[in-house]
Amino acid sequence: MKNDNSTLDRTLLRGREYRGASRIDGALVYMKNTHPVGYNELVEITAPDGRHLSGQVLDTSDDAVCVQVFEGTDGLNLPDTRMHFLGEPLSLSVTEDMLGRVMNGLGKSRDGGADPRGSEERDVNGAAVNPTSREYPRDFIQTGISVIDGMTTLIQGQKLPIFSGNGLSHNQLAAQIVRQAKVRGGKSEFAIVFAAMGVKYDVARYFIDSFEETGVLDNVALFLSLADDPSIEKTVTPKTALTLAEHLAFDKGKQVLVIMTDMTNYCESLREISTMRGEIPSRKGYPGYLYSNLAEIYERSGKIAGLSGSITQLPILTMPNDDISHPIPDLTGYITEGQIVFDRELAGRGVYPPINCLASLSRLMKDGIGEGMTRADHPHLSNQLYASYSKVKEVRNLASVIGEEELSETDNLYMKFGDFFEHKFLNQAFDEDRSIDQTLDLAWKALSILPSEELQRLTEEEISEHYQGE
Amino acid sequence: MQGKIIGQVKRVNGPVLQVKGITDASMMELVHVGEGRIVGEIVKLSGSQATVQVYEDATGIAPGDNVYGSGMSLSCTLAPGLIGNIYDGIQRPLEELRKLSGNFIGKGIAAPAVDEEKLWHFVPQVSVNSTVSAGSVLGYVQETSRVRHFIMLDSALSGEFNVDFIEEEGDYNVKHTIASVSQNGESRSLDMIQYHPIRVPRPVKDRLSLSEPLVTGLRVIDSLFPLAKGGTVAIPGGFGTGKTMTQHSIAQWCDADIIVYIGCGERGNEMTDVLREFPHLVDPRTGKSLMERTILIANTSNMPVSAREASIYTGITMAEYYRDMGYNVAIMADSTSRWAEALRELSGRMEEMPAEEGFPAYLATRIAQFYERAGHVRTLNGQEGSVSIIGAVSPPGGDFSEPVTQHTRRFVRCFWGLDRSLASARHYPAISWLDSYSEYADELKKWWDEKSQGRWSKNRERIMELLQKETRLQQIVKLVGSDALPDSQNFILEVCSLFKNAFLQQNAFDEIDRYCSVEKQIAMMDIILQYYDEGSDAISKGVPMVKIRRLSVVQDIARMRFSVSNDNVSEIDRLSLRLQRSIMQLGGLYEE
Repeated sequence: MKNDNSTLDRTLLRGREYRGASRIDGALVYMKNTHPVGYNELVEITAPDGRHLSGQVLDTSDDAVCVQVFEGTDGLNLPDTRMHFLGEPLSLSVTEDMLGRVMNGLGKSRDGGADPRGSEERDVNGAAVNPTSREYPRDFIQTGISVIDGMTTLIQGQKLPIFSGNGLSHNQLAAQIVRQAKVRGGKSEFAIVFAAMGVKYDVARYFIDSFEETGVLDNVALFLSLADDPSIEKTVTPKTALTLAEHLAFDKGKQVLVIMTDMTNYCESLREISTMRGEIPSRKGYPGYLYSNLAEIYERSGKIAGLSGSITQLPILTMPNDDISHPIPDLTGYITEGQIVFDRELAGRGVYPPINCLASLSRLMKDGIGEGMTRADHPHLSNQLYASYSKVKEVRNLASVIGEEELSETDNLYMKFGDFFEHKFLNQAFDEDRSIDQTLDLAWKALSILPSEELQRLTEEEISEHYQGE
Repeated sequence: MQGKIIGQVKRVNGPVLQVKGITDASMMELVHVGEGRIVGEIVKLSGSQATVQVYEDATGIAPGDNVYGSGMSLSCTLAPGLIGNIYDGIQRPLEELRKLSGNFIGKGIAAPAVDEEKLWHFVPQVSVNSTVSAGSVLGYVQETSRVRHFIMLDSALSGEFNVDFIEEEGDYNVKHTIASVSQNGESRSLDMIQYHPIRVPRPVKDRLSLSEPLVTGLRVIDSLFPLAKGGTVAIPGGFGTGKTMTQHSIAQWCDADIIVYIGCGERGNEMTDVLREFPHLVDPRTGKSLMERTILIANTSNMPVSAREASIYTGITMAEYYRDMGYNVAIMADSTSRWAEALRELSGRMEEMPAEEGFPAYLATRIAQFYERAGHVRTLNGQEGSVSIIGAVSPPGGDFSEPVTQHTRRFVRCFWGLDRSLASARHYPAISWLDSYSEYADELKKWWDEKSQGRWSKNRERIMELLQKETRLQQIVKLVGSDALPDSQNFILEVCSLFKNAFLQQNAFDEIDRYCSVEKQIAMMDIILQYYDEGSDAISKGVPMVKIRRLSVVQDIARMRFSVSNDNVSEIDRLSLRLQRSIMQLGGLYEE
């Protein structure tokens, strides 16, 4: 029963139910002989045992519709699978009540309570923010972590990913940021939206516990799609979470901090689906649209002119094999406004947080620091720290060849500076909350180890005011 | 709405649709799909089927939806009012879209590219019964205080026309008939708007050779790797190496008449930065706001991928239009890799056979076609104009051997390679002096040598040679430490380090340093080489290098980029005298 009459109102067809799939392949179900179904439409699937599943149209044509099933296709068979096309894209019923709740990737309750329901249904794919409506983010967020505040400053409305590796302390760092983050002047509290894709249960537990301990749990909406949940669900989890974040930020005027872990799992799921559909792969088997797809997630952050809310994203991703040129961190770095890179070698020496500050960067920092925002000497100071620390790396290389005894006097001072920098400035306790002034003073203390003529990125006035050496 | 039904949707796969039952359609025809009238373009025809790529999100399109033809190619509107505007990839004005659909971009919305109500003061330039042909200037309007917008006869027309009517000087909107012309008894009336298909280069009379530099105010570019007006350059660099910052700097300070800035698949906040900052920046040459010469195209990474593919062409078509009025136009495309990836994504959806890394086999052709639209030309109406292309490339993993960088390299004549280690040390602009090159150096030698009494080309060669020597010496230093080198060689390291700090680095946020005039660049290069010459001389006479290095005048030279303003370059001459005296005094101490 092919229906070519496009003038027929599609809403009338929503009521129809179709029985019998023609093919099931992984999470994909193909069905023939349906009415014309719209691309990206939401589908309700009834399994032979009466379970209700949901899915989304990935490909639609005259002959067949291809549906990806979020909950996985276990237990479906060809003759008794029933489908219902809803005529609208996947949506989330957004409400502030989601704060304090634990949900799955589709926004359904996971904590035993009733499904949260709001008054408004939002398409989870969102829409692009008009670039003319954006407001350039400038407000400094104090995380209390020296290396971040001092050298890769986080700004309200920024998307700043953490590039980590398996087994490194990225979860602790994220939890610490959630606990300590404040806007200067302490204007408003952060609402936290937490999306977990494919992480292990204990990792999710760790975050819940740490939110509970600090008493912020009532202000956190958790969307969990754990390691053993179907891979399709992971591909919608960040979108669902960001749909809520947009509601909280742009309708309710809240400052929202979105933590997404682990983006690598999200990309793996995309690859899985893409391969199943037989798409032409690009790098390392990932689909060619990975960049656009990640951009649709990361770009859902920022500030809108005239509205008071903001969305700050802290996505966490583990670099496969610690390789920063792997497609996932690589494409992410091209979209996000900087990155915080973890270093296994520093972690091995017991430095926490093990951040490789030379590879890290905050692109929005330049407009959010300095006089009136952090402190007047901050821009040049952070610049100087970068320059001096990169010199430390050179000197260390030299020392490993010719031996430390052969180093010149200045080079020896660089070695000393390097140690102080890593152990006193970089290294801090998991519960240590340093104010920006403490951080900057500590940086001056470190730089005072070096002779003042080595500090070429600082002005003479700044040196005479803060320099403590000689 | 416009258009007749030319077919029905057969299959939807992301932004690529299969259409069946095609009755009358042509390649690259602009179409609208479904009741939402989503904009698309026909990219393939075969029998009664066609492939259409849509420029908006395809959600909700179903098989059986109608496809409406428009009878024309995807075109750009060319008329007064483009300057100062911000568009998406298919030239929809974003400010207008915002009025229509709020902070988020809605679906199926459209608005005219230029304000059709606004009145422009039109001044006729031809008289009745004169003869005109394609490109002839009919009159002009003052678009902004620095841009006189010439209304030209559509470049697609051929042959000579007789002017039957020309409107008197006065205020009219763009839709007003300002002239009518006729050919063989066939008459047509003209308003101020032209449409030009974005994928077709606008015709020119002649291509001219390149002889003048595009002065950017960035020392490493102007002095070492100059770009000519009408030239092409690629800026490749991994993320965080400063491509966008370099592009911004050039857009702000270069001496082009018109800037077209294309944010192609990049960050939303970066475009906002440009949008908020440019109106406040003042051009050092004219004292006017930079927005009065800038057109922005923002197709951020989360906007539809096919519009990203089109954005590059939209931008260059507008650039060519202003070139035809006799202006020097510079176009910044940030980033062409995103554009290439859009090609790849669409090609994959069309199930074409991939070549290298999944890119379609026609990638190189497309890149070549784009860069070939640059040039210094004689326009149809006899003016001289130019389009220079500055394309950023974002190689995956910062690896320059990937296809987009490699193919781009084949078609550009200037290459500013960004270096990750320089960026890590916050040496900006992180343009590597070892990887970069400019084939324009020879063509521009004459211009520069006239400005510097013949010194520029020699100085440039000497500095490049010193930098090469330094690289070799650094390898030795890495093995044995700098103490093992004789002072004469250590001094080369010292001079190069000064050159890097005082000359190559430039602070984009410093009031003085962010723009460096040609005269200041010449003087700075002179004094650094003077330091090398006189210092080497003194060292050969036995003066220890440390003494020379500690001279207070050397510290002042290191800071001259901040302390000497562009209109006070003679300050450097005084430094030069001081340097000469100080070194002579030192020499005197060690003479006996």
